[in-house]
Amino acid sequence: MTNETNAYQFSGYGELYSYTLLQDPPSGYEWQAPYVIALIKLDEGPMVLAQLTDLDAEPQIGDRVQMVTRKLTSDGSTGMIVYGYKFRTIR
Amino acid sequence: MTQVAIVGIGQTPVAEHWDKSLQELAQDAITQALTDADLQTVDALYVGNAYGGTIGEQSHVAPLIADFVGLVGIEAWTVDAGDAAGAAALRAGYLAVASGAVETALVVGVEKMTDRVGSAREGARNTSIHAELENLQGATLTSLAALLMQRYLHEQGISLSAFEPLSINAHLNGSSNPHAMYRNKLREGAFAKAPMVSHPVSLFDRAPDGDGAAAVILTRLEHAQDMVPTPVRIVGSAVSTDQFAIQDRQHLLKLEAVTRAVDRALSQAQLDKDSISFAELHDAFTILSVLTLEAMGLADYGKGWEFIANGQSMIGRTGKFPISTMGGLKSRGNPSGATGVYQAVEATLQLRGQAGDNQIADAKTALLLNLGGMATTAIAHILSL
Repeated sequence: MTNETNAYQFSGYGELYSYTLLQDPPSGYEWQAPYVIALIKLDEGPMVLAQLTDLDAEPQIGDRVQMVTRKLTSDGSTGMIVYGYKFRTIR
Repeated sequence: MTQVAIVGIGQTPVAEHWDKSLQELAQDAITQALTDADLQTVDALYVGNAYGGTIGEQSHVAPLIADFVGLVGIEAWTVDAGDAAGAAALRAGYLAVASGAVETALVVGVEKMTDRVGSAREGARNTSIHAELENLQGATLTSLAALLMQRYLHEQGISLSAFEPLSINAHLNGSSNPHAMYRNKLREGAFAKAPMVSHPVSLFDRAPDGDGAAAVILTRLEHAQDMVPTPVRIVGSAVSTDQFAIQDRQHLLKLEAVTRAVDRALSQAQLDKDSISFAELHDAFTILSVLTLEAMGLADYGKGWEFIANGQSMIGRTGKFPISTMGGLKSRGNPSGATGVYQAVEATLQLRGQAGDNQIADAKTALLLNLGGMATTAIAHILSL
């Protein structure tokens, strides 16, 4: 068991490890479907799951990617907007 | 510990049961199981149910079912383990009887999936994956399977059709199971052309959501021998867990919870994997079956697709290692939290020699594997004559 954690600043860069084009979104995500869900291998080592955004071509495993801040979902038209991380490819 | 045996079984067809409530479905399966065991009552009820709270707005379902079937007063509680809830309930029943605390236990898996459709159902199902690291990013269980499959295809340099034998086998077996949801056979070559739901996972790859209930009755072996002609013993029962979010796993393509659960169950049963007559795997997605065969050590890492390449001679009913003998999740249907109990009912039919057109010759020992989340929870049971 471990319980010690320290804040760590990642560069925000990594490479595409796997991806899929999701057609059947969960509730709250209908407006952006279909979208790409990806696993990103960060340059520092850890893996993170996130959407790919700003895509203008079919992604490929090994693509260089960079983290960006985007809207993830919102609680209806008057509710809270949830922002978070997504990644975009850099070529 | 006391030896535990199955003395009664029941199941409803897996279908879109829009005309039946959750408790009515459970009652159908329970009535069959009590009749099969020639019993009027039981001492305890353990229920596997995954999405009653999110799809049916009804959690706390075990006492509801006990009340509905006229068993008010008995011990009754619900078990949550995502889509492995059914096998977790079976383990709860097994432990209760094995410990000596409970004489006769009724284990029920019940689920109503199809009262919601589209994003509402996906959202409800998403409560069993990581809320922040997966659900909030817009991922679903299907998309997690697709991430595993895409990486596997990339690493092995193979095409989608490598997974086809699994779906063909499931539908061939399901076609002669009267309880199966989709009894159509799959044509060779159709798999890779099917519409995508989350590329590379297609409609012919992902198991269909269905409604259904299954029930088994457990008691100690010495009672069982006096009650029924063919008691089926539970000789192995083990649970293991993996990192909850797939991003945190050391090896994305190694189902380590499966390895640990199956190894433990085999060691309890004092059996080698080669002595298993057939297996009911958690084939919600074909990639899960391929990775499971590797995790069990039946194929080397990255070579599970070769294990199934010869189709029926390997995984068919007359093959070396028959799987999904009644259609599996793919053809019988995937009633989520009820799945693990369906597997126990189907394996009992095989071991009793009551599997009809689906009968495996000389079936002596069965392996059941039920998974919750993206193999976050793995529950293995071994049934034997």
